[in-house]
Amino acid sequence: MSFESAGYQLLPVLPELVLAVGAMMLLMLGAYRGAQTTGLVTGLAICLLVVTGVLELSLPAGKVSTFGGSFIVDDFARFLKILALIGSVATLVLSAEYLADQSRRIFEYAILVLLSTVGMMVLISAGDLIMLYLGLELMSLALYVVAASNRDNAKSTEAGLKYFVLGALSSGMLLYGASLIYGFTGTVSFVGIAAAVKTGSIGIVFGLVFLLAGLCFKISAVPFHMWTPDVYEGAPTPVTAFFASAPKVAALAVFTRVALTAFPGIVSQWQQIVVFVAIASMVLGSFAAIGQKNIKRLMAYSSIGHMGFALVGLAAGTAEGAQGVLVYISIYVAMTLGSFAVIITMKRNGQHFENISDFAGLSRTNPLLAFFFAMLLFSLAGVPPLAGFFAKWYVFVAAIKAGLFTLAVVGVLASVVGAYYYLSIIKVMYFDEPLAKLDPMRFELRTVLAIAGLFNIFFFVYPGPLVSAATVAAKSLF
Amino acid sequence: MTTWPILSVVTFLPVVGALLVYLSRGDDEAARRNSRWIALWTTLITFAVSLILVMRFDPTQPDFQFVEKASWLASGITYHMGVDGISLPFVILTTAVMPFCILASWKSITLRVREYMMAFLILETLMIGTFSALDLVLFYLFFEGGLIPMFLIIGVWGGPRRVYASFKFFLYTLLGSVLMLLAIMALYWNAGTTDIPALMHTAVPRSLQTWAWLAFFASFAVKMPMWPVHTWLPDAHVEAPTAGSVILASILLKMGGYGFLRFSLPMFPLASHDFAPLVFSLSVIAIIYTSLVALMQEDIKKLIAYSSVAHMGFVTMGIFAGTTQGVAGGVFQMVSHGIVAGALFLCVGVVYDRLHTREISAYGGLVNRIRLRRRVHDLDRHLQGLGPDRRPRFHGPDPVGILCAVALSQGHLRHTDKTVAGQYQGSYLPRGPDPGAAGGSHHPVRVLPEAGARYVGLFGAAARQQLQHRHCREGSRASEIIDISVRTTRHEL
Repeated sequence: MSFESAGYQLLPVLPELVLAVGAMMLLMLGAYRGAQTTGLVTGLAICLLVVTGVLELSLPAGKVSTFGGSFIVDDFARFLKILALIGSVATLVLSAEYLADQSRRIFEYAILVLLSTVGMMVLISAGDLIMLYLGLELMSLALYVVAASNRDNAKSTEAGLKYFVLGALSSGMLLYGASLIYGFTGTVSFVGIAAAVKTGSIGIVFGLVFLLAGLCFKISAVPFHMWTPDVYEGAPTPVTAFFASAPKVAALAVFTRVALTAFPGIVSQWQQIVVFVAIASMVLGSFAAIGQKNIKRLMAYSSIGHMGFALVGLAAGTAEGAQGVLVYISIYVAMTLGSFAVIITMKRNGQHFENISDFAGLSRTNPLLAFFFAMLLFSLAGVPPLAGFFAKWYVFVAAIKAGLFTLAVVGVLASVVGAYYYLSIIKVMYFDEPLAKLDPMRFELRTVLAIAGLFNIFFFVYPGPLVSAATVAAKSLF
Repeated sequence: MTTWPILSVVTFLPVVGALLVYLSRGDDEAARRNSRWIALWTTLITFAVSLILVMRFDPTQPDFQFVEKASWLASGITYHMGVDGISLPFVILTTAVMPFCILASWKSITLRVREYMMAFLILETLMIGTFSALDLVLFYLFFEGGLIPMFLIIGVWGGPRRVYASFKFFLYTLLGSVLMLLAIMALYWNAGTTDIPALMHTAVPRSLQTWAWLAFFASFAVKMPMWPVHTWLPDAHVEAPTAGSVILASILLKMGGYGFLRFSLPMFPLASHDFAPLVFSLSVIAIIYTSLVALMQEDIKKLIAYSSVAHMGFVTMGIFAGTTQGVAGGVFQMVSHGIVAGALFLCVGVVYDRLHTREISAYGGLVNRIRLRRRVHDLDRHLQGLGPDRRPRFHGPDPVGILCAVALSQGHLRHTDKTVAGQYQGSYLPRGPDPGAAGGSHHPVRVLPEAGARYVGLFGAAARQQLQHRHCREGSRASEIIDISVRTTRHEL
């Protein structure tokens, strides 16, 4: 095989091709063999994701691009693609129970996750605005459907619809911004835009604002966060875990790539936007979560806050900041997946529950589970020596070095407020009188929780590999 | 000098013990017994190993000893451990106090014993690490990490208002510390390293010094605690279980003072000089005000808590006086307060376990009721030990010192009178006589010249001399560093 078609190298897109073709084959399998293949399709989908990851890692090192530079595979893309794949694999693993339910044997679920993952990978590798839009839509369309996958549940369908309508709106804004940028620079490729944009003319800045607004919607940053709590609450819990992990990785990746590679000439223009969005997200994420009674809504606000923290690194506009973003999002994904493994386990007599008060006394009925969850929550709050502290360390160091002191001070103060609501959950688990014992935890949930929890607790022992990988990845943007 | 990483062994032994406690199996009763014994042996072995530190410590060397260095986070952020004359007493204090904490919880803790012991052992590791870390990030890791087990100890095994107290403790401390974290980042940005010995020899620009000093101050003032950010302490003390109070008083409070000595003075000498009046003012307010507040307390734990705040006021004054005597006095006061206040909380625990109240008015005639009278006499002597005998080490305006000492000793003596007065009135429990009724029948004001030597006795006379020697030497060294760095920095600016 020459991996060439119409004069274009296909090798860089090989993992995406394999994933997309594999997804379609699985679709065939499911369509012809019916609903009883749900488990098989899900298992094969996990294998497919792993194969894709291996392929991605075995691509030639360094920066390779194809389709006239609109698809880039560099260390940055490789790092984030692996992370997105991990997020997708974990989602499918977490969904096993949801899919095992007789009334919901939907084999399409795994295929939608796969297609969404293809979209994420395209998004992460996007080298121009067209590719960006294609990836974003492929990712989002699959997500809208997954959100509504629990068809008989009004909340789930509401979540899907809400997500779709608002997502369409944000896509419109993004497209409008992209068209403005194209109109003023005459090119859609990031490299071309970077060459054309030396000073921020009003048209460019206008376009930039719309483009970033569209992207902010995808990472659920304030003021485009409104959909998040409702969608998180309404969607089936494994789907919520998916929303909180892989798509965030992809959207944050493209946010970083656009800002740093397409608009390096007008850092001061987009920096103020990112600073504002970061501050607003951190503060709102912290304060709004305090009043929440539902753990999934709380996680929604928590993810809003965490996106704010990740943007602190981007606001610095330096390689170090990008490294901070990468470390942050990696650790965030681990913490989130671990937390959702716990939330999915919250079941008594076959009945799921989502209220924080239902966690009461978990430390006595399920000590190990409570311990891991408490550690994840402390980590989300950024308390050392857990991984979440290091995530914050890297982004704030970058912000301090870039002289963004106000941002850093507001950020750490918001993290103290945020600590309050994480502590409240720990308080319920550890200080309150216990309720009945939970149903036994499923094996796959236990695995995810153990991996995420141990990573989170022992990250400080050997942080080298992740940090150096992030350093290399961040350098490839400059 | 050493071939094995003795400091890391001391630091991480308790975690190994915690792991053993976790792995211990058996039915409820056996599990409880096992975890108690494992915890006790772990703390004892840790203490024994830490004594090797004392024996091998070379007091003629001004540098850090038992240094260990390994690559960790980045080129400028390493796993760097070591102790010098300032930190060694605190390490020993920690390892020495821990077995008592385990013993104090032997019978009073019956619920979730395993988790309790694990929390304490992990806390011990974090505390020792705080005092022996020679890298700012590593220090912060240990310093802040201690919040987690302490939060759980207060919240799970505490009194009726434990939730409020634990949240207040956690959030107050975290709020101060995150600002310090930013300052650590700024120092990292300025010098490219967070290595403490390296930073001590790095000139910090004056404006950065000011801000960094304030940020570090925010953290240490809360931890210390200084007026007006001390209000978490009485709550935490009252609600914490006995051993938790002991740890709080003996060790956690010392982290603030240790931080001032280790970071604020040598790294920001100009700012320390500029802000000294502020520290003095806050300290004086703390000493007078909290002593007066202590006078009014009905709850014995609250009384000790407020008096601790006052004592820490003396410590901060001594440290920021910037002289050899001041610094030495500060260290000495911290170590002795660590012993005395810890012992005092243990006594309260003993009394509380028998009377189930912390109301001072219920303690009348205690001396008749508790058969081991020595305990009460100990209490008595400790109460005095907290008082005027500290004054010689106090380094500040003298009239204020007298005033403080008077207020302070009044606070203690009123209650000392009460417990002892019962002896003369043949009173009954739990209702005690009016303290005024005791009149002049008992005059407890005695200067105890050997006060504070009590803790040195733990290590034997030889160690005592060594320690005192070290304090003085360290003090002079610290002030030398300050002098030198003030000079060099001025020169450079």
